[in-house]
Amino acid sequence: MEEKNDIREINARQFFPAIVKMRTEKWRLVQICATSVEGGCEMSYSFCRGYDMRTYRFVAYGDEEVASITQIYPCAFLQENEAKELFGVNITHIKPDYKDKLYRIEEETPFKEKE
Amino acid sequence: MDKIRAFTLAGRMLKNLFRRPATTQYPFEPADYPERMRGHVRIEIGDCISCGLCMRSCPSGAIVVDRKAGTWTIDRFDCVQCGSCVTACPKKCLFMEKGYTEPDGVKKSETFVKPQEEPAGKTKKTG
Amino acid sequence: MAKRSIVPFGPQHPVLPEPIHLDLVLEDETVVGAVPSIGYVHRGLETLVKKKDFKQYVYIAERICGICSCGHGLGYCMAVENVMGIDVPERAQYLRVIWVEMSRIHSHLLWLGLLADALGFESLFMESWRVREKILDMFDETTGGRIIHSVNQVGGVQKDMDSSMLKHLLETIKDIERDIKPLVDTFLKDYTVQSRLKGTGILKKDDAILLGAVGPMLRASGVEYDVRMLGYGAYKNLSMEPVTCTDGDSYGRCVVRIKELFQSFDLIREAIGKIPEGDIHVPVKGNPSGEYFLRIEQPRGEAIYYVKGNGTKFLDRFRLRTPTTSNIPPLVETLKGCQLADVPVLILTIDPCISCTER
Repeated sequence: MEEKNDIREINARQFFPAIVKMRTEKWRLVQICATSVEGGCEMSYSFCRGYDMRTYRFVAYGDEEVASITQIYPCAFLQENEAKELFGVNITHIKPDYKDKLYRIEEETPFKEKE
Repeated sequence: MDKIRAFTLAGRMLKNLFRRPATTQYPFEPADYPERMRGHVRIEIGDCISCGLCMRSCPSGAIVVDRKAGTWTIDRFDCVQCGSCVTACPKKCLFMEKGYTEPDGVKKSETFVKPQEEPAGKTKKTG
Repeated sequence: MAKRSIVPFGPQHPVLPEPIHLDLVLEDETVVGAVPSIGYVHRGLETLVKKKDFKQYVYIAERICGICSCGHGLGYCMAVENVMGIDVPERAQYLRVIWVEMSRIHSHLLWLGLLADALGFESLFMESWRVREKILDMFDETTGGRIIHSVNQVGGVQKDMDSSMLKHLLETIKDIERDIKPLVDTFLKDYTVQSRLKGTGILKKDDAILLGAVGPMLRASGVEYDVRMLGYGAYKNLSMEPVTCTDGDSYGRCVVRIKELFQSFDLIREAIGKIPEGDIHVPVKGNPSGEYFLRIEQPRGEAIYYVKGNGTKFLDRFRLRTPTTSNIPPLVETLKGCQLADVPVLILTIDPCISCTER
């Protein structure tokens, strides 16, 4: 058994300032995970500093726009494109945006919960 | 920092010229497999109770158990040799044996029929 | 300003064991930018978790990648164990460490061979892989498979190693160490190897952190970060220090991996010395409910496993963030400013594993 995860629920408005703060405090972006929940997609952003890990989480409902964090963390582009392509999260202004061509698959948003 | 050197591997290369090869002449010399090797699944069909746990535990769906007909069918080409069925079997009549499945031109399955009265289980192959 | 041209690199290239495509923007022979693209081997293994029982999924998690197979199985099992609150027996934890360290040895030897191949040093490549064969045979003997081990299960391990096997393992490690020493000399001191590795693809410490580099890539830039230091499994009882190097270039990454090889030898020796008797697995009752983010150190770097259960035998979500996903952005950074001829070697120094990345 290990230490408990530090997961902090935030809302979409607090999201961007929180990421900027992580950047100024020199946290390392570790992962971005999208999980289908009812009516939307739960986005978890994990950061590491030293051996501490912290996860920020919010739910993007429906087609709600989620701003890309590639302006702050350029390395997020692969995982953001992945979330957009597989889960259909509406992430805008990813740099570079692969426009659904990251994975060469036929189906659109295969991991999205379908009604 | 250590000195930079050249031809560091030359001695070894020269030695290799006179050494036996590290590989074996495989199809002509038999390969020797260790005891635990996961090569293929074997069934003692006489002990099988057709419970179907192996079928449900198989991640690739290679096993089909028919309780009524008393058959146990494995698609050798779908089997990934994970050993999940061997662990799941309550009667311990499944075994992981060494030696790989024979290669073949067509995909085929192997069916084992549970013996009714006659003592020996007979095997038939289906295409 | 010189004329810019775009050169496609990959997905098929002699240096690449797996398909990744890069569009290289060149000014004469110098790379000024690169756009990576993956997506040739996406299999959607993450959603398979909704169709397979969580105990069965171990076998699928292991098959995400051949080289990190042992680690993926372990990471998935540990994540599920954390969700379910299972305490794994001590002996199983030690056995897991032994197998994972063996897989680190095999992965690093594979990498060293591929590096030599990328440099065009064919005989060094063959020599490295000859040594690697010994550890693969040892895997075959202890787990029953050379590449896919299938030893981890939720709640412990499936197979035990008896004392004769452990003794044989110690002897094998000793042999490997003896055989690897002359090769290490070649990798670290040879003129030809050095002229290809030194000073190429420098990744500065701050960039490494910002761009999210992990594993040997991060440590070669001078950051002391090795997830094993968290002390998961039996690592809490073993003594180790993260291997670092301050150069940040390709040579630094080679040095880090070679030192980690020797660290793995020591860890296995220590683990064999301390391994207690006892059970190797505990029965698992019920179904996972809850979620957990788990970090483990794979040969290529930190991997993150996320598991979310809903109380049934099918999990809601399994996510794996592999080391290569994190290492591609730093790779793009190191490519900027290098020569076209160095591109294959630089791609290789991140130890790319694309099948892992795409799952």
